[in-house]
Amino acid sequence: MKILMFGWEFPPHISGGLGTACFGLTRGLAKHDVDVIFVVPKAYGDEDQQAVRLVNASDVTFDLEDTEYKEFWSRVKYMEIGSNIIPYVGTEEFAKVIEDRKKKGEKFSSNVFSKQYEFSGKYGTNLMEEVSRYALIASAVALKEDYDVIHAHDWLTYPAGIAAKKSSGKPLVVHMHATEFDRTGENVNKIVYDIEREGLEAADRIIAVSNLTRNTVINKYGIDPDKVVTVYNAVDQTITKEIENIKRNLKEKVVTFLGRITYQKGPEYFIEAAYKILQKDRNVRFVMAGSGDMLHKMIERVAALRIADRFHFAGFLRGEDVDKMFALSDVFVMPSVSEPFGIVPLEAMRINVPVVISKQSGVSEILKHALKIDFWDVDAMADSIYGLCHYEALSEMFKKYGKVEVENLKWENAALNVKNVYEPFIH
Amino acid sequence: MKSICLYFQVHQPYRLRTYRFFDIGDSNEYYDDYNNRFIMQRVAQKCYLPMNKLILDLIKEFGSAFKVSFSISGIALEQFEAYAPEVLESFQQLAKTGNVEFLAETYAHSLSSLKDKEEFIRQVKMHEMRIEELFGQKPTTFRNTELIYSDQIGETVAEMGYELMLTEGAKHVLGWRSPNVMYANAINPNLKLLLKNFRLSDDIAFRFSEQSWNEWPLTTKKFTGWLNDTDKKDEVINLFMDYETFGEHQWEETGIFDFMSELPAAIFKNTDFKFATPKELGEQLQPVAPIHVPYPISWADEERDLTAWLGNDLQNEAFDKLNSLRSKVNLISDPKIQKDWLYLQTSDHFYYMSTKWFSDGDVHKYFNPYGDPYDAFINFMNVLSDFIIRVENSGVNVKEELHEIKEAVTKLSDKTEKALKKAARATSKKVKKTIDKSKEFSFEDIKDMSDTAIKKLLREIDIETLTVALKDTKNDLTERVLPNLGVKARKKYDDIQSDLKKFKKSDIDKYRKTIEDKLNKLFKK
Repeated sequence: MKILMFGWEFPPHISGGLGTACFGLTRGLAKHDVDVIFVVPKAYGDEDQQAVRLVNASDVTFDLEDTEYKEFWSRVKYMEIGSNIIPYVGTEEFAKVIEDRKKKGEKFSSNVFSKQYEFSGKYGTNLMEEVSRYALIASAVALKEDYDVIHAHDWLTYPAGIAAKKSSGKPLVVHMHATEFDRTGENVNKIVYDIEREGLEAADRIIAVSNLTRNTVINKYGIDPDKVVTVYNAVDQTITKEIENIKRNLKEKVVTFLGRITYQKGPEYFIEAAYKILQKDRNVRFVMAGSGDMLHKMIERVAALRIADRFHFAGFLRGEDVDKMFALSDVFVMPSVSEPFGIVPLEAMRINVPVVISKQSGVSEILKHALKIDFWDVDAMADSIYGLCHYEALSEMFKKYGKVEVENLKWENAALNVKNVYEPFIH
Repeated sequence: MKSICLYFQVHQPYRLRTYRFFDIGDSNEYYDDYNNRFIMQRVAQKCYLPMNKLILDLIKEFGSAFKVSFSISGIALEQFEAYAPEVLESFQQLAKTGNVEFLAETYAHSLSSLKDKEEFIRQVKMHEMRIEELFGQKPTTFRNTELIYSDQIGETVAEMGYELMLTEGAKHVLGWRSPNVMYANAINPNLKLLLKNFRLSDDIAFRFSEQSWNEWPLTTKKFTGWLNDTDKKDEVINLFMDYETFGEHQWEETGIFDFMSELPAAIFKNTDFKFATPKELGEQLQPVAPIHVPYPISWADEERDLTAWLGNDLQNEAFDKLNSLRSKVNLISDPKIQKDWLYLQTSDHFYYMSTKWFSDGDVHKYFNPYGDPYDAFINFMNVLSDFIIRVENSGVNVKEELHEIKEAVTKLSDKTEKALKKAARATSKKVKKTIDKSKEFSFEDIKDMSDTAIKKLLREIDIETLTVALKDTKNDLTERVLPNLGVKARKKYDDIQSDLKKFKKSDIDKYRKTIEDKLNKLFKK
């Protein structure tokens, strides 16, 4: 069985959970003898290619004058509009992205529709153009490669999935990791929403990462429920020796938030809960790791509450530093306002950290050994954190059973479920 | 004859390295040694060394007619010694000419004058000593960090024995008055004040190379012309500026060095101004009026206030959290902690957290190691969090001692209490024994008995006997007995009591005797 897969990022070059999930899934699929050709907009060359063959879209030349693509070109052209829209970052962040790139001297006026184009592969400036260009490349790649099913991850690659299906006639599976509703609340970007819906409609099967997401797909995009299958994500189980033997330098309990600091992740509720706890108990430290468009606001809030000596900002962590952060934590909190799945608590649990998660997360559907609260219920959040910090019987139980629970959430198992989705299309 | 007073501020902070959350509790290396060295050596080459040489040459040329004054922060002096000893030597050479005055300030170029009088005085004394050691002159003029001044601060400075202080000629404080005369502190008139002429100072410091300025290019002829335009009643033009103006803020290419080297000759030629040090002016000039500054001013920005350092929540939080450590730090002798305590107080750390200049202000970006004020805040707070841990751990010794003393006191008072109790018990026992032995129970003793004992007695005698015996006794005895009667017995007592008029005195005595017998039987040992 051979799959042509389209993704926007691949470790180690990731900005969030999407790349991690794609990586885990492909490795799981490899164990079930599924070969994956993974197309990314930009490959850096240091990606782990044990389980996949990575195709760098930037290397694919594509001549727009070629009549073969003329028809397709007219179809995707509409996506040029609104090229300044960024799905994963807010407007503040957007300005910063442009500023940063300017400083680094990156050229970004180069034409996306030239013969060869170097994708940034990020979520910035000319994202919409990149999405369109990526779709063009996809139709070319789709004709060159040999495979059974096309699989596209999230809206950025849906146009590519559709294009590939169109040019090859192969079946399309789209994977919904996060919907536009999760990212923006009710302020959906119409263009993104339309791309999502078109992808969902064109797909032969849809994989949703939780029942929560499955319901969104069915109710908000009007998709036939029979087409939509829930496959929960899993977590990579490896832990390095260094992490196991890490030295702790702080005597206080450490409570951690780790994720993008955006509306979706509910960082402000975490701060308010921290404030409540610190009024009672100064022997707790809180850490907010990550970056995002709400970071500055959060820093200002912490300073205004006068808790900055007990509330630390760790910046955006990647790779080993994420596990290191968990290894130094006593409690992990994910107060997401909306979270299609949420792999991070699983990563924390596998390093023996008890977790508090919002009921508004997909992962809460499957986790037993986690304290579940409503994201807005700051009192309950504070209670849960305090309890895990101070009642050892509770935290020990969560550590012990949580670890076992997470060990059963293997990518191998998740991948088998995904393979079952492909199965009907294999002849 | 009017005077020109040239004063230059020399300061470089110990900039912090990128200090991450993971470093808290793990590393007490806070400073970016590489960057601090790099900046110090660069500024030394571009500014300190060439400018010191220029001044030395001018002094050689004009002798005692040319004078300047400096205030060099203790932190800058330390960095000269560590990274650019030749700069320190060149300042010492200037000191030897006798034409250069060195002013006192806070050692750490800190904001301590605003919140913490004791720490402020401590740092000034530290700086004073260092200046005397290095330059052989005890400072008599005071210059606070960034010319920060208020009536209160002036009063403290006067208390320390200074007779003269420099500050900003802020428009909102002066109003229509001229900055070009001597003023005095509003609380203590013994402290004289020299105010910066910010127009003429900034013409050099900020506008010198600004080509959009309608007076550009600035020539010595033009400048001396402006000096001559000043009011007849004016006594002194105070030109106060950052020393880094020369060669750093205004690059050599702008002609700033040429301007400065030509300026004295032009002044002597075109005007009747002379150069004077602050100290000389303090001796020569009398204050024309006190100046009222209830809220602190500084030389920063258009506002001339403190908002550059303490203008937002980030700055206030960081500053207050740091300051709250003072009493603890004072108890710790560890030299590394004492050093960090000073370095962290340097005002620049708070300046970097300012959110005022998202739009403009190149001066604020000058050697700023941070991308934005939020980074500055996070990094400083991470360092401060580690510092707090160290202070608290060092405080353990102090705490332990205190704890021991407390325990000893508790033990002692416990012992005393025990001894006292023992003595009291012994006495009361003795008293009881005496009573027991010496005396038969009398009817009157009932009033000193416990409720339990009374109840015991009441069970043994009938109500009539009691009622009769209680006839005509004192109230206090009746009051002891009656509450111990049951409801029924009480009713019976009241009934009998009303028919009791005819009893003889002898009967009463008889009943009392009965009760006394009972008492002796029950309680006497």
